Amino acid sequence: MTGEIIKVGMADLNVIKHPGTLTTLGLGSCVGITLYDPVTKVSGLAHIMLPSSKAIRNNSNTAKFADTGIVQLLEDVIKIGASKSRLVSKIAGGAQMFSFSNKNDIMKIGERNVAATKEILDGLRIPIIAEDTGGNFGRTIELYSDTGILLIKTIGHGTKQI
Amino acid sequence: MGISIEELDSQQIDVLKEIGNIGAGNAATALAKMIDRKIDMNVPKVEILEFKEVAELLGGPEVPVCGIYFRVDGDISGSIMFLLTLKSSTTLTNMIMPTSGDMEIPDEIGQSALQEIGNILSGSYISSLSALTGLSIKISVPSLAIDMAGAILSVPIIQFGQVGDHVLLIETEFNEGNNEVKGFFFLIPDVDSFEILLKSLGVLQ
Repeated sequence: MTGEIIKVGMADLNVIKHPGTLTTLGLGSCVGITLYDPVTKVSGLAHIMLPSSKAIRNNSNTAKFADTGIVQLLEDVIKIGASKSRLVSKIAGGAQMFSFSNKNDIMKIGERNVAATKEILDGLRIPIIAEDTGGNFGRTIELYSDTGILLIKTIGHGTKQI
Repeated sequence: MGISIEELDSQQIDVLKEIGNIGAGNAATALAKMIDRKIDMNVPKVEILEFKEVAELLGGPEVPVCGIYFRVDGDISGSIMFLLTLKSSTTLTNMIMPTSGDMEIPDEIGQSALQEIGNILSGSYISSLSALTGLSIKISVPSLAIDMAGAILSVPIIQFGQVGDHVLLIETEFNEGNNEVKGFFFLIPDVDSFEILLKSLGVLQ
């Protein structure tokens, strides 16, 4: 089942056919979004940094934003054999790494990334079947194309599968 | 809209490097006073890096690091992050509290000592920036986190990410005897503040 392990960097995305594993390391306030087709086992993973490309002047990197990143990921998994009607999504990340007493928009970026991700997946009618978001800790995630299982590793907050 | 790191010319970068030098120099002096020992400092390196290169400086996105984070307010707003490798954070804790033994991860007391160190270092850094620019700048109380480098770095990177695809960081190395402490300062002005900062330094019309 192993196959290749492909790393997805920050503000980056990638897709694979079965077999293989997609991973992204050290998610903080960013959100990792997976798309999986259980029949063809085509898998995709995006690591987005910001909720929306619309408010940003320099927005040429589509994988950086939830709105453009998810759309790009969807196109890419379909291109290699996924069927949109079968796709399911899992999401992880969106932590708030540092806390301050005064509420500040920049500090809540993790929360805003998660909200934007859900809104966009909802708009595309792709169900989110599992999530591990929020908190104040980092996550490394691995998506196994064999099973669609998403493994989440942390420092001091355990390991789990969703 | 503000200026992104990519748009800086070489003169502007030189001025930012010089600020880094002076700021980190003052921070090293403050650290030497605090622990009452001689602190050597390498000439700080100022680098403009792509996002993915930043975590590599610390050994990769999964390596545990210690980040101390401050909000900056006043004539300019933004944030400062002081980042240490985990080893450097325990070395530093041991310098301040020699009785604390060899911890792998600083305990609660060690962490509050680190916050205080971060406070003093960032405070001296900001006051030299304030003196150079004539701007009034205040910093918040620190917030500390020990976690994966990628996760900690996502905070300054996201802020830089709102205007471009690169970050500006100042790498400083402090040495006390054979104890090496490697630290990184990230000065992250908010979108509109970069312009104010460069104007106050006379390198932007």
